[in-house]
Amino acid sequence: MARIDLVDLAHSYSGNDAPPDSFALKPVTMTWRQGGAYALLGPSGCGKTTLLNLISGIVTPSRGKILFNGSDITPLSTQKRNIAQVFQFPVIYDTMTVGENLAFPLKNRGVPKAEIVARVKRIAELLDLAPYLNRKATRLTADAKQKISLGRGLVRSDVAAILFDEPLTVIDPELKWQLRSKLKALHRELDLTMIYVTHDQTEALTFADTVVVMHDGRVVQSGTPAELFDKPAHTFVGYFIGSPGMNIVPAHVDGREARIDGHIIGLHRNYGVLPSGAKIEIGVRPEFVDIAPPASGLLSATIERIDDLGRIRFARVRVGDSKFAARVPPGFSVPDNMAGLVFDPAHVHVYADSRLVEGVA
Amino acid sequence: MDKVVNQKAWFLVLPVFLVVAFSAVLPLMTVVNYSMQDTFGNNQFFWNGVGWFKELLDPSTDLGERFFASLWRNLIFSAIILAIEIPLGIVVALSMPREGWTVAVCLVILALPLLIPWNVVGTIWQIFGRPDIGLLGYTLNHLGLHYNYVSNELDAWATVIVMDVWHWTSLVALLCYAGLKSIPDAYYQAAQIDGASRWAVFRAIQLPKMNRVLLIAVLLRFMDSFMIYTEPFVVTGGGPGNSTTFISIELVKIALGQFDLGKAAALSLVYNLIILIVCWVFYTVMTNAGAERPQKEGAV
Repeated sequence: MARIDLVDLAHSYSGNDAPPDSFALKPVTMTWRQGGAYALLGPSGCGKTTLLNLISGIVTPSRGKILFNGSDITPLSTQKRNIAQVFQFPVIYDTMTVGENLAFPLKNRGVPKAEIVARVKRIAELLDLAPYLNRKATRLTADAKQKISLGRGLVRSDVAAILFDEPLTVIDPELKWQLRSKLKALHRELDLTMIYVTHDQTEALTFADTVVVMHDGRVVQSGTPAELFDKPAHTFVGYFIGSPGMNIVPAHVDGREARIDGHIIGLHRNYGVLPSGAKIEIGVRPEFVDIAPPASGLLSATIERIDDLGRIRFARVRVGDSKFAARVPPGFSVPDNMAGLVFDPAHVHVYADSRLVEGVA
Repeated sequence: MDKVVNQKAWFLVLPVFLVVAFSAVLPLMTVVNYSMQDTFGNNQFFWNGVGWFKELLDPSTDLGERFFASLWRNLIFSAIILAIEIPLGIVVALSMPREGWTVAVCLVILALPLLIPWNVVGTIWQIFGRPDIGLLGYTLNHLGLHYNYVSNELDAWATVIVMDVWHWTSLVALLCYAGLKSIPDAYYQAAQIDGASRWAVFRAIQLPKMNRVLLIAVLLRFMDSFMIYTEPFVVTGGGPGNSTTFISIELVKIALGQFDLGKAAALSLVYNLIILIVCWVFYTVMTNAGAERPQKEGAV
């Protein structure tokens, strides 16, 4: 049980003297609550696995500190940290039975035999592995093997946090849901801090109560799934989360007005002072842009195609040089390819150099 | 569908038949032929049936005694070199670097003994061990050890074994190294998190992951050491006495030294059969170990 603090933590695989831009993980300071369910979300190569390996101690940071409950554990080896980690591919010890696999971490730590038996029994029941305790672990399916790797972490009573490194990659789709809800249930039951690395937004948003989005070695936003959806702090979060992603178009912003392609869109807040020389863009999710018949007050667009997602339809349109995705209201049909766009001003955000600008109400 | 009958295809198979006939079938049948007959020269042959085989497998006859004595020597020799080379190869593989330029250096150094022709290896050790001019023999004798592989049976055995270990441990080490390299990093990281000691990592991860290559190593080294001829022949010539006369050396003595073609033919057939049987046993064990896996994978 622990709160984990990262203090100015950074890492470069080519040493501390490497140019700051080449760092796999740029300096980050943040806190992971005791008992939180976190997802580390980002595309491949964004530094999320590096961050995970720094916390578990597999990688030693070039810079900064890691605190567990306030005490500095940066120099401690993986063995001495109370951390469990589940890897992308199930790691099981081939020659051992399921029971021996689960007992392995306790045996290595010299736990008394009676206690080992009791812990293994409890964890096996928790993970529905009890019927297989005497089977050779190699004979099981991938999801059962992944449960064993998880069980080896849970079996230790001292574990502060469990780290997952894309643990469902090799699991069949229908089993993914089962295993993920199992993880949620375990999280509720055991009050453990869980950090879950993934590049799949559905996985992240369904698992976690706090999603940490990473991009190019930086933590760009951390918040609840709703916050990430409603108010992306960075244009990257905008288009990485949501399907289709956020519309981000260059615009001219002045006070409560944004100008795109000569057309004026009303804004909910006042953006009086914008950083000069910055690249100004507005971002709006396709869910908050509606297609309407062309009219004089609307931004006019050319429809390129319409994607029917079953319950909802999105139109891909072109306005001048920029592309938009917009919602097609039910029952709407356009005579020709011309349409107007209706914006919901409350959900139009302004970005300066890719970062969200908070306007004044 | 009508099958197209085209007898011309036989012409395409013919070269293979001819090559196999001349390279394998004819020589083998000649040996079988010899093993059933006796000759006193002048190209005159007399029918002897299974007489030679009976004699060979009866330890009370001279031939049988020589056969069983050399067979035992061969088995003991194989057992000793396996007991040394397999663990030593594993240790060497474990202590090799896993990345960086030193890997290439280690691999080249390890591969060197494997590139030297058998009779050159024999010659190297023959000279190396000589008490008068050999570095090893001279040094040992100056340290007070009366080492002489020409007159002392134990010294002769030690020399032949050390020579084989020097020559072939590299092969075991290279195979084990390949096996070790194929273990994903996640296994080591998981073991770290599970608090495993160095020994526990070896027992739980490295050894099980190496068992396939180890099986190949044992097979190769058994076959090779069971058929060993050149090196002991060059170093000791089978002596002192008959102490290092292995089956192959005995076979050459009977066939070319005494010109007992019948006895030699019977011996080579039995020798061949032993190797075939051991080969088959290993092959079955290996394919079974391989076949078990996919079949197990699905079952829960």
